[in-house]
Amino acid sequence: MLSISNLQASVEDKQILTGLNLEVKAGEVHAIMGPNGSGKSTLSQVLAGNEAYEVNGGSVSLEGNDLLDMSTEDRAREGVFLAFQYPVEIPGVSNLQFMKTAINNIRQHRGQDEINAAEFMKLAKQKIQQVNLDPSFLKRGVNEGFSGGEKKRNEIMQMLMLEPKLAILDETDSGLDIDALRVVADGVNALRSPDRAVIMVTHYQRLLDYIVPDYVHVLANGKIIKSGGKELALELEERGYGWLGIDEKAKA
Amino acid sequence: MSESDKAVKDLIKRDYEHGFVTNIESETFEPGLNEDVIRRISAKKGEPEWLLEWRLKAYGQWLEMAEPEWAHVNFPKVDFNDIAYFSAPKSKDDAPKSLDEVDPELLRTYEKLGIPLHERARLAGVAVDAVFDSVSIGTTFKEKLTEAGVIFCPISEAVHKHPELIKKYLGSVVPQKDNFYAALNSAVFSDGSFVYIPKGVRCPLELSTYFRINEANTGQFERTLIIADVGSHVSYLEGCTAPMRDENQLHAAVVELVLLDDSEIKYSTVQNWYPGDEEGKGGIYNFVTKRAACIGKNSKVSWTQVETGSAITWKYPSCVLRGENSVGEFYSVALTNNFQQADTGTKMIHLGKNTRSTIISKGISAGKSDSSYRGLVRIGPNAENARNYTQCDSLLIGDKCGAHTFPYIESKNKSAVLEHEATTSKVSDDQLFLCQQRGIDTEHAVSMIVNGFCKEVFKELPMEFAVEATKLLEVSLEGSVG
Ligand SMILES: Nc1ncnc2c1ncn2[C@@H]1O[C@H](COP(=O)(O)OP(=O)(O)O)[C@@H](O)[C@H]1O
Ligand SMILES: [Mg+2]
Repeated sequence: MLSISNLQASVEDKQILTGLNLEVKAGEVHAIMGPNGSGKSTLSQVLAGNEAYEVNGGSVSLEGNDLLDMSTEDRAREGVFLAFQYPVEIPGVSNLQFMKTAINNIRQHRGQDEINAAEFMKLAKQKIQQVNLDPSFLKRGVNEGFSGGEKKRNEIMQMLMLEPKLAILDETDSGLDIDALRVVADGVNALRSPDRAVIMVTHYQRLLDYIVPDYVHVLANGKIIKSGGKELALELEERGYGWLGIDEKAKA
Repeated sequence: MSESDKAVKDLIKRDYEHGFVTNIESETFEPGLNEDVIRRISAKKGEPEWLLEWRLKAYGQWLEMAEPEWAHVNFPKVDFNDIAYFSAPKSKDDAPKSLDEVDPELLRTYEKLGIPLHERARLAGVAVDAVFDSVSIGTTFKEKLTEAGVIFCPISEAVHKHPELIKKYLGSVVPQKDNFYAALNSAVFSDGSFVYIPKGVRCPLELSTYFRINEANTGQFERTLIIADVGSHVSYLEGCTAPMRDENQLHAAVVELVLLDDSEIKYSTVQNWYPGDEEGKGGIYNFVTKRAACIGKNSKVSWTQVETGSAITWKYPSCVLRGENSVGEFYSVALTNNFQQADTGTKMIHLGKNTRSTIISKGISAGKSDSSYRGLVRIGPNAENARNYTQCDSLLIGDKCGAHTFPYIESKNKSAVLEHEATTSKVSDDQLFLCQQRGIDTEHAVSMIVNGFCKEVFKELPMEFAVEATKLLEVSLEGSVG
């Protein structure tokens, strides 16, 4: 589904990704781990198309199409979803209005009619319940005054409504209590299917108790330096990153 | 190029939807202003002698006055002798007796603007008075209003039919010599709407006046007077558009609201005069004096305005809160783009006890535009326990525009409680990125964010107007209109 080859990217003239390779097939869940500042968020943002990051080498294809050639919104419309590490607030724009606009923009791209209002409300109510948020959150401004945990649940709610082909979760688990962590895990597991793929950026092995990944990768100095199965996460938890030749503190 | 830069680029390409010109035969005075012109305007309207005297007095005062220069706007001096002060569509008789006699071309114009005036397709629940250049061309739903005792007619007609009300209240809120533009208007005003709501009557319809400038080099000087008698209630809407022309055109209106005991007036404006092109050429100079006098106790007035048009806006709808417990509200959205300049705000003059006022102002600047909020809250010595809450928010789109706030507070009574909040924010790249990442294109995203910013004001608008306002912002923000 997703094929990343020798990807290089910089931000504000600072080279962050230095030749990253990754293959993700439909149906797979990949976990990406690594010390702070190793480039995990940069990778997520570059895949989603944030123009603050400059791609200066390599290629990425999504189902055979050149992803880097597509606009941010077209990537989203083709099924790329990013759950943000730090979701921003959009005051005054209700979650409902936001999601309806998103869904209709996506439907238009696919040549479909606008979503029926009743059908949309039903979908929204169902998904907000699924992430254990009160339905009143649908009427509130996007992330406006939400707590950290509520923001993350809201990201998952959006993901469930949009049913992306490729979901990228950037440290969605960070700072969550155990209940919220369960909500996130249940959401991702509900989305798992043979024709979808998930990339989970995480700092802790904790999340992987609930979402069992097919592959675990270690990202350091802007490239993937080690890949393995789910047992690699356990090993990292036990031994840290030092044994891989990374000075964790220097990077933090 | 960053996302918001791109959004601004698209914004700047916006088109003006109402820019067409109606080809209609009209009678227009030669440009220029002198006593004779005023006499001719008055004669055209068959006015009584006292009103002519009233105009001439205003003209005399205007000659003594200087244009105000304190506003945060820049423009070449207006040559008042380059302007024509009267223009009316020529019809067989002097004026159409009913809408059925109105030139079909004019009816089509209003239809194009989304204001159907003919019998079959009137706006449900809204009575409309249409003012084309200097004259009112017709008022809908006359019978229904007459039944309720409501008077809603062109002010030129009210001069003849209700002279006692006009004599008593014309100029009672905005005196002739109030300011330069008000004096000019008092001298040359051509038409406008008159509303009287009798005691205890809740007006059964929304009342609406739609102003259209068509003729070139013509100023529009309309005059609106609304009187809410004891215990009455009315909601009044005002809309305005003009063709695209390369020359600047002057619009200097006066609106007076009179509120007696326990009455309420809700006055909403969607102002979409032609703003000029992307180089700043053309557009309307909008210099307007709007003021409400809450004479009676427990009366309440709200001004809600959405301002997207005009090259220059100079406008401060105000409330004089004289009656005890009277309430004044001001809700405003002002959007400027390209080279538009807006200096707008309000004045809340607290004179009576327990008077309260609320000011919510939302300024949006894009392109190279400049927008200023100017607000005065004055508490008189007898205004025990007066309260004001002011909230003033600015939203910047791109980095070439400006927003300024000039709040003035004068309090002569220690019991007053005054609160003021102000914020300035930008449409951030992160917000745009979030929207795009969810599949929403930049234009939709910007207009959604701007609408969200304006929400507190939009919710004060009557339903049909809220929809129109949302659409208008979208159009004003769109790269082009399809
Ligand atoms: N917008 C930015 N401006 C400057 N430096 C940045 C920016 N974003 C990220 N960086 C830097 O790039 C490096 C990688 O950051 P990031 O991708 O966020 O790492 P991670 O998500 O793995 O913690 C860090 O050194 C960080 O400080
Ligand atoms: Mg990160």
